[in-house]
Amino acid sequence: MKTYAHPVYPYTRPAELRGATRHWPVVVAGAGPVGLTAAIDLASRGIDVLLVDEDDTVSVGSRAICWSKRTLEILDRLGCAERLVQKGVGWSVGRVFFRDEQVYEFNLLPGEGHRRPAFINLQQYWVEQFLVERLSELAPAELRWRSKVVGVEHGADGVALRIRTPDGDYTLHADWLIAADGAHSSVRTMLGLECEGQVFHDRFLIADIVMSSGFPAERRFWFDPPFHRNQSALLHRQADDVWRIDLQLGWDADPEEEKKPERIVPRIRAMLGEDARFEIEWASVYTFQCRRMRSFRRGRVLFAGDAAHLVSPFGARGANSGIQDADNLAWKLDLVLAGRAPERLLDSYDAERAKAADDNIRHSTRSTDFITPKSEVSRSFRDAVLGLAKRYAFARALVNSGRLSLPATLSESPLNTPDAAGAFASGPVPGAAAIDAPVSGPRGDWLLGYLGGGFTLLCFGGGIPADAVRSLAGDGIACTVVHVGGKPATGVCPIDDSEGLAARRYDARQGTCYLVRPDQHVCARWRAFDLGAVRAALARATAQVATAAKAAA
Amino acid sequence: MTMLNTEANLSAPDDFYQELIDAHRDLSAAQSALFNARLILLLANHVGDLAVLRQALAAARQDVGAVK
Repeated sequence: MKTYAHPVYPYTRPAELRGATRHWPVVVAGAGPVGLTAAIDLASRGIDVLLVDEDDTVSVGSRAICWSKRTLEILDRLGCAERLVQKGVGWSVGRVFFRDEQVYEFNLLPGEGHRRPAFINLQQYWVEQFLVERLSELAPAELRWRSKVVGVEHGADGVALRIRTPDGDYTLHADWLIAADGAHSSVRTMLGLECEGQVFHDRFLIADIVMSSGFPAERRFWFDPPFHRNQSALLHRQADDVWRIDLQLGWDADPEEEKKPERIVPRIRAMLGEDARFEIEWASVYTFQCRRMRSFRRGRVLFAGDAAHLVSPFGARGANSGIQDADNLAWKLDLVLAGRAPERLLDSYDAERAKAADDNIRHSTRSTDFITPKSEVSRSFRDAVLGLAKRYAFARALVNSGRLSLPATLSESPLNTPDAAGAFASGPVPGAAAIDAPVSGPRGDWLLGYLGGGFTLLCFGGGIPADAVRSLAGDGIACTVVHVGGKPATGVCPIDDSEGLAARRYDARQGTCYLVRPDQHVCARWRAFDLGAVRAALARATAQVATAAKAAA
Repeated sequence: MTMLNTEANLSAPDDFYQELIDAHRDLSAAQSALFNARLILLLANHVGDLAVLRQALAAARQDVGAVK
């Protein structure tokens, strides 16, 4: 490749091959974006975590390229979003063309007053490299390259893993295994588990080319363009003057033939013009599937990312949802390992993220049906929508070239405490990710910088008594208090919302409190502080409620 | 819930029917299919309410082939 030199990470002969044994609280299989995020999150919490990967470098090919605002916010919490943003290409405008005309244009900018943009584009290998470097800074973490999981033995209180290295095989013992080993998850296969769903009968050419071009950093999507009749096409800018081209080929295309440069170059020339100067960096032909495992938890094994669920690439819902899996899982595993929450808290990982996967699969399937109609009548309606969209606003809402990834709202989660009836007209509902806003205070200028890690009680207007603050900080499930405005008690982090944007976004009045989980999702909110209510919501958010009910019965 | 109006509601039924058929004149089968799709989308947007549209979908499907 011209624009990127793949790092080769050193393999070290593991101590286990010399007879040493060590027990790990958590082993993560797979050093892709999801496994790396999970390992960084766990190591940031002080948990000894071992990450094993069969390879010794980052992803070959750009693969996932669109990283969502929510992903960047999660990586901000883990101290590594800034490098992605610096290296990546920010974009917010998308254009959709039908044949030779633009029919629709959208702008994803979430408005002023958010730290992170709607999306940045960055090749997956850069993201993995930055995450590997972040993980290497964290002492509790160890990364073992050229270490392939070849056996999994699954017990009631742990997992035994057989690891294959260039120097031979050895066995590892772990309390918990996170399987983030991708679409062809060998852990999943070895445990005999299925990933069920729909396979789409279509093929797509994906090509990364290097070119200096005056094209803006926009997402451009064509239905039935003159340069590629009856198929779809996508053009998207990445870092280092690399451009992603995605061309629908149809089910009958020969994947081996289509990968050859002599086939690819004419297709790209047709798209970009005969005098376009470019070089191919990477190309692949793919098919896709929408499917998921029935459960993301199997005893002591937790599945995350592509290992657990697969969607089409339209909508940037693959890697972004996998990173939300890691974000959802790490704090729960931390509390369970520390004995502060019951094991069934991890069932909520399955409940919450399986629901999110279903949303992604639904959106992805709908996009796919629009992009590649499966019948004559489906195609008539698709073309009717595109034809009408040029002239009539209503039809633009029906154009579906991929509904882009938004943070999952876990509104049906058992961990939520429902609102009192009519208490809130707007603001993030229980289950929604907290919303950013510009603030000022001791930890920076963005509200999300004050939320997450542990539980946080966000109080507008202050007024929490000092003994309540102390008591919340000292409970089994510790909760820190952040005050927006007002006069804070000792131990409270004060922040200033001089523009009033935070209060507006949270539909806040004097006394309004939001309880925010370690993954920055809201789990309860009230119009006035009540220590008992906060404690009950904390117990519920950590799955302790069912225990109490059982004990009472 | 708003109910789908299946009582006589067209101000000039014969005129509408003739104009609907006339609108397809000189169209190929594929063009007619596209025309029908466009018409359905325009009318569906005018109705707007998904609950009413669902009743229309069910009423249209009734007696047309087996519902599996």
